[in-house]
Amino acid sequence: MSVATKELLENLNALAAGLFLLTAFGIVAMRQARGCLNLFIAQSLLLAASAALLGLRYHSGHLYGVALVNLISKPIIVPWLLRRTSPAEIYTRREIDQVLNIPAALLIALALAIGAYFVGTPLANAVGPEFRGPNVPIGIAVLLLGAFTLTVRREALSLLIGLLVMENGAFLAGISIARDLGMLVELAIATDGLIIVFIMGVLVRAVQKQAGTTAVGELASLKETATMPAADEGPL
Amino acid sequence: MSVIVILLLPLAAALLVCIPFGRRWVPGVTVVFCVADLILVGRLARQVVSGAVPAQLLEPAWSRWLAVDGLSALILLLIAFVASTAAIYSVGYLAHSKVDGKKLRLYYANYNLFIFSMLAIPVLAEPALVWIVVELTTLCSALLVSFDNTREALEAAWKYVVLSLMGAGIALFGFMVLFAALHAGGGGTYTWTGLVTAAPTMPPVLLQLAFLLILIGLGTKVGLVPMHTWLPDAHSQAPSPVCALLSGIETTSILYVIMRLFPVMQAVPRAHAATWALVFGLISVGTAAFLLLQVKDYKRLFAFSTVEHMGIILTAIGLGSSAANYGAMQQIVSHSVTKSFCFFAAGATLLMVGTREIAAVRGLIRRAPFIGAALVFGALAIAGAPPLAVFLSEFSILKAGLAQGQYLVTGLLAIFIVIAFFGILAHVNRMVFGAPMSPSPGPAHSWPEAIPRSRMPFSCELALVLAAIPVLVLGVYVPKALQDLLAMAAATLTR
Repeated sequence: MSVATKELLENLNALAAGLFLLTAFGIVAMRQARGCLNLFIAQSLLLAASAALLGLRYHSGHLYGVALVNLISKPIIVPWLLRRTSPAEIYTRREIDQVLNIPAALLIALALAIGAYFVGTPLANAVGPEFRGPNVPIGIAVLLLGAFTLTVRREALSLLIGLLVMENGAFLAGISIARDLGMLVELAIATDGLIIVFIMGVLVRAVQKQAGTTAVGELASLKETATMPAADEGPL
Repeated sequence: MSVIVILLLPLAAALLVCIPFGRRWVPGVTVVFCVADLILVGRLARQVVSGAVPAQLLEPAWSRWLAVDGLSALILLLIAFVASTAAIYSVGYLAHSKVDGKKLRLYYANYNLFIFSMLAIPVLAEPALVWIVVELTTLCSALLVSFDNTREALEAAWKYVVLSLMGAGIALFGFMVLFAALHAGGGGTYTWTGLVTAAPTMPPVLLQLAFLLILIGLGTKVGLVPMHTWLPDAHSQAPSPVCALLSGIETTSILYVIMRLFPVMQAVPRAHAATWALVFGLISVGTAAFLLLQVKDYKRLFAFSTVEHMGIILTAIGLGSSAANYGAMQQIVSHSVTKSFCFFAAGATLLMVGTREIAAVRGLIRRAPFIGAALVFGALAIAGAPPLAVFLSEFSILKAGLAQGQYLVTGLLAIFIVIAFFGILAHVNRMVFGAPMSPSPGPAHSWPEAIPRSRMPFSCELALVLAAIPVLVLGVYVPKALQDLLAMAAATLTR
């Protein structure tokens, strides 16, 4: 492989990683639950692209496997599972009363991304010079952005996507520093992601039946100070 | 070979309970398979103690994926024991709650899968696979936590899943950094033993980062403060036998994964792994001790006591001397057996009085002597009253701390344990011996004057008696075989 091709592949990977970060920002800013899901699908495709490009660059058949698993499980099976398990209502919800307004949330997200850059760059260098590249800092940034989404959202689908975004972030960093973790592990992690979607889908349906809402984050009757919560209490 | 059978039994049980053969079949299969697993695990532990080499326990072909040493045998033993008593307890508990056949099968299928995922944690050798089964413990138990299908149970299950998985996401990155560290240090097999061997050549900065990420990520699931917020909810809203599993062994088996990192970290100079353990441990014990004082719900009381005990164990591991490590292993055993007993007693109370509120239960000893006595016994045992199991283990941890000259840590630990002691006993004392409040202010207090003893399901009483045996015995006498196992387990915590 010529030097020019290698550089081209690295640059394309950087582009995919950059767009990957952009989708994470989009998920922080997006109020429409359906839009969050679409952005997540786009993000998973970019993760697959990054894995395939790195696989091509470093001749790692294992990374092609990661790309293929991501291509099948997240854009196809996750939405299908959600449709099967959870009420259709979760797609149509909009979060009007977020804990933070969008500009404030984006500002914090930006701070997290910059922080991740300062943590991630020395880390990638410690692993070895060939791991320099945008994957580790961007992976950490997206991990943090996913966690941030979890703390400010109330809607079931947004929370679920926050979790999956965290996993995507860990993976984007992982495919560059832990290239040959083993196919068994990759497959198991992908299956695990699907079980997450299934279990949470079932839970959301039960919550919607019982409490009449999919804003799961607003269920807050279990507290230390309150005595036994009565069924008609709560901020719903 | 038997290791594989141990893992396959709960999976087989999970499949078998899905066959609709009537109401007795489902719990029967589960009890039989759990007890069979306990016997196999006991045999395995005996082999480990008598110094069997790995090749005798496992075929060499499996050694890349599975491994059993003293620590894993100890954790396996605890999981199998609590799984068996909780399976026996479930029979009566569910019969009393009158659930329909479909829900019964759902409960037991999840129950067996949950047991499988926990049993897999200590025997899997590859850290990344351990991460996956840790995830599975969350996912298999989520529907057990929400089993009652009330608003509160669903809220608790949701919090449990979201926070545990959030922690798992952080831990996943930690395990990947650990793998990268292994490769940067020149490679080796990615197993616990491979990591210990390769540790001196790994870059310290990567190891430290991996340790912190895993401590925080999995610490969420162990219930370390400040990531503990989901624990009292999930551990109080789940059906009581599930609480016994969650509090008694799930937390312990996740803590086991963190413990596996300590021998790796000891190869790194100035890694401060022990300091982190002391800090997280003491903060957890202290916070839980004070939160215990103001609970309103007696199942939450025992849930906070779990946070406290996880803190005690982590503190003991942080102390790091061989005596402290031995104490930590003792504490793991005594906490598991005692806490499961406590939740059985709390569940029996709930069956009798129908409320979780401490203030609504008074004079239990006169109305239901057996349950009242069990609740007092459980509270005394978990608070650490002599001559019961927890007292012995807490005493050896404090003694080890003093012997090391760690006076500040030991002093703080002792103070927090005393506060928790009075917190637990004050609440339970009022529930069991307090004068019945005469004109009941609310509907919650209108429980019948005298509860006929026959209403208590037999299997619940049997489980209570079985669970009480080790609590009593281990306080005065630790069998030689168990002592050896504890010593072997403690030895795996140091290089």
